[in-house]
Amino acid sequence: MWEIVIISSIKVLLVVVAILTGCAYATYMERKVLGHMQHRIGPLYAGPYGLLQPVADGLKLIFKEDIVPDNVERTTYALAPLLAFVPSLLTFAVVPFAADVDMFGYRITGVISDLNIGILWVFAVTSLGVYGLVLAGWSSGSKYSMLGAIRSSAQMISYEVAYGLSIIGVILIANTFSLREIVEQQASITDWFVFRQPLGFLLFITCAIAETNRAPFDLPEAESELVAGYHTEYSSMRFSTFFISEYANMIAVSSVATTLFFGGWQGPLLPPILWFCIKVFLFMFLYIWLRATFPRFRYDQLMAFGWKVLFPLALLNTIVTAGLVMLTDWL
Amino acid sequence: MKEVIKAVGHVFIKMPQGLLVTLKHLFKKPVTLDYPRKKKPMMPRYRGRHYLERYDDGSERCVCCGLCAAACPADAIYMEPEEGEHGERRAKVYEINLLRCIFCGFCEEACPEEAIFLGQEYEFAADKRNSFLWTKEDMLVPHPRKDNPFKKIIRRVRKVYGVTEQ
Repeated sequence: MWEIVIISSIKVLLVVVAILTGCAYATYMERKVLGHMQHRIGPLYAGPYGLLQPVADGLKLIFKEDIVPDNVERTTYALAPLLAFVPSLLTFAVVPFAADVDMFGYRITGVISDLNIGILWVFAVTSLGVYGLVLAGWSSGSKYSMLGAIRSSAQMISYEVAYGLSIIGVILIANTFSLREIVEQQASITDWFVFRQPLGFLLFITCAIAETNRAPFDLPEAESELVAGYHTEYSSMRFSTFFISEYANMIAVSSVATTLFFGGWQGPLLPPILWFCIKVFLFMFLYIWLRATFPRFRYDQLMAFGWKVLFPLALLNTIVTAGLVMLTDWL
Repeated sequence: MKEVIKAVGHVFIKMPQGLLVTLKHLFKKPVTLDYPRKKKPMMPRYRGRHYLERYDDGSERCVCCGLCAAACPADAIYMEPEEGEHGERRAKVYEINLLRCIFCGFCEEACPEEAIFLGQEYEFAADKRNSFLWTKEDMLVPHPRKDNPFKKIIRRVRKVYGVTEQ
């Protein structure tokens, strides 16, 4: 019994540390890649190639004054960053990041918790994240924060529908909710669900970008319109909590996309955990790439796109996949 | 139906095209110069800070004639003459107010003695207004020196204004 607790605790610790480091270096990567795409250099001074920039930024944010404006709703204001941050980490509880290994006489699974409804857990938890943003915007007592929060909630609700529907195709084919079993079904590259669910994948990645409030769907924090959106009134560590949660969400979504469509940790030669990291890294690159390429949606375009394009397409994808699965079963 | 085809075309042709553009630019050389560490090579005709030249024996070329001050459109040059050790005329005070100076190079052109030159340096930021008032001592080139950095400039000035080599 105790062994399980210890093993799980170590895994949780490792994953949390890895995610937080990943978030820090995702900011570095974003600044570097975005910079080079615009013929700039990006951070350069802290450490070789600016590699210590995330450390410097973190230290700076910790030592900044924590300004709390007068007309904020204090309890909610303090709680909101945590409400945004915790769900973003919770996703990783069910994401399988490596194959099972035998170590010290125990069989250690490459996932913190192999829930049989893992994928539902992911979707339930990522949807919780919007509470943090909405409460942050509402409790700040500022019009920019409020507008950011409203946009955020409207966007989340609109895209949640297509988001959920886009993965039903994968679930239908895999015939399981467990992320671990879904990964095990994608042993070779030809088994990857991205080839069996191309439309599902496109819908998933589009909705995922909208869910994580990233460009070109970054309306909740549109700098040019809303100052900073829901975290306008936040400073110091509370602001950086929002910041980390955004990047943790990106990594979470990348991990889920890898798991569902790109065979998770499966891959030749290299150790499984490395394959997982490479695939997640490529997704993070895609995020930044999209940000560097596409302009932000207008608010009405965003809503129209979500309801009139993504939602019907997701429905279509679900129906067609269900029909095909039934047909193959029947034949 | 037409709209659907158009939209599909956008997703599968136009958007990848856009992505390709940014990807191409990712591998291009950044235009940013790592400034304080690396400096841009200046053009030979660049007009930076002022220098007061010396003769080869170390005596000052400037005779304090006042032509540069007369030519200066910004009225940035102030000078007072004095008599030197061997009875020659030279500047007792020679000041250029760098806050007034517009680096037009008229002083350089006006100088009959080829005493004042505009060099290549452009980094003279300071935190006191007084430190922008450059005196003779600030501008005089150090006496024993190996090479003349103004050889090129002198040659250029002579070429431009048709002065023959002495």
